[in-house]
Amino acid sequence: MNGMDAYIEYAISALLVIGGLFGLVGSFGLLKLRDTMQRLHAPTKATTVGVGSALIASMAYFMLIEGKTSWHELLITLFLFLTAPITANFIAKAHMHLAIREEDMPATGVGTDWATYDPEMEVVDPALLEPVQRN
Amino acid sequence: MILDYALTFAFLCFGFGLAMNVYRVFRAPGVPDRILALDTMVVNVIALIVLYGIKTKSGINFEAALLFAMTGFVSTVAYCKFILRGDIIE
Repeated sequence: MNGMDAYIEYAISALLVIGGLFGLVGSFGLLKLRDTMQRLHAPTKATTVGVGSALIASMAYFMLIEGKTSWHELLITLFLFLTAPITANFIAKAHMHLAIREEDMPATGVGTDWATYDPEMEVVDPALLEPVQRN
Repeated sequence: MILDYALTFAFLCFGFGLAMNVYRVFRAPGVPDRILALDTMVVNVIALIVLYGIKTKSGINFEAALLFAMTGFVSTVAYCKFILRGDIIE
């Protein structure tokens, strides 16, 4: 059992080191990369993997060494994985509207223009504004 | 034993990452970069809270980490929405 504990400890340590390295690389990419769109790539992927690895390490530590089962980490992981793409999409949209003109965008290739530059896309459908018939 | 070293290493990594993000918040070519740096700061702080939970062997900190994740997401989206539309709730 003692040897098994040592292996568990090695595995958790490896997860912690991997998570730390990914977090460091993600934050370093924020400084190093040249373009805002490239800088968007670094933290949204690498830091999520880094935090996910640290959370798995924490879950394994409490479950296998302390003997307490906890599901909080899984909740945090799920929440981060759900919200990271939404955040990245919003930041990319803000960057496009602030720094890139519509003429400079590459063609979409599907026959219609970029939806985020289309003024009609922001308008609420008039059918939704009409009062609901109640009987 | 090795776990303590790995924990210290992870603390140092995320701490250095946090320092780089602070630099990027103050020195950035545009506003989206600052928002991105703030968002990355939230993620790094969540990692630090989780590591602190391992270090102190207590599960109390995870609610704080979860709340941090939620408020971080909402604040980032609100900031981007403000830049895009000039208003948060229309």
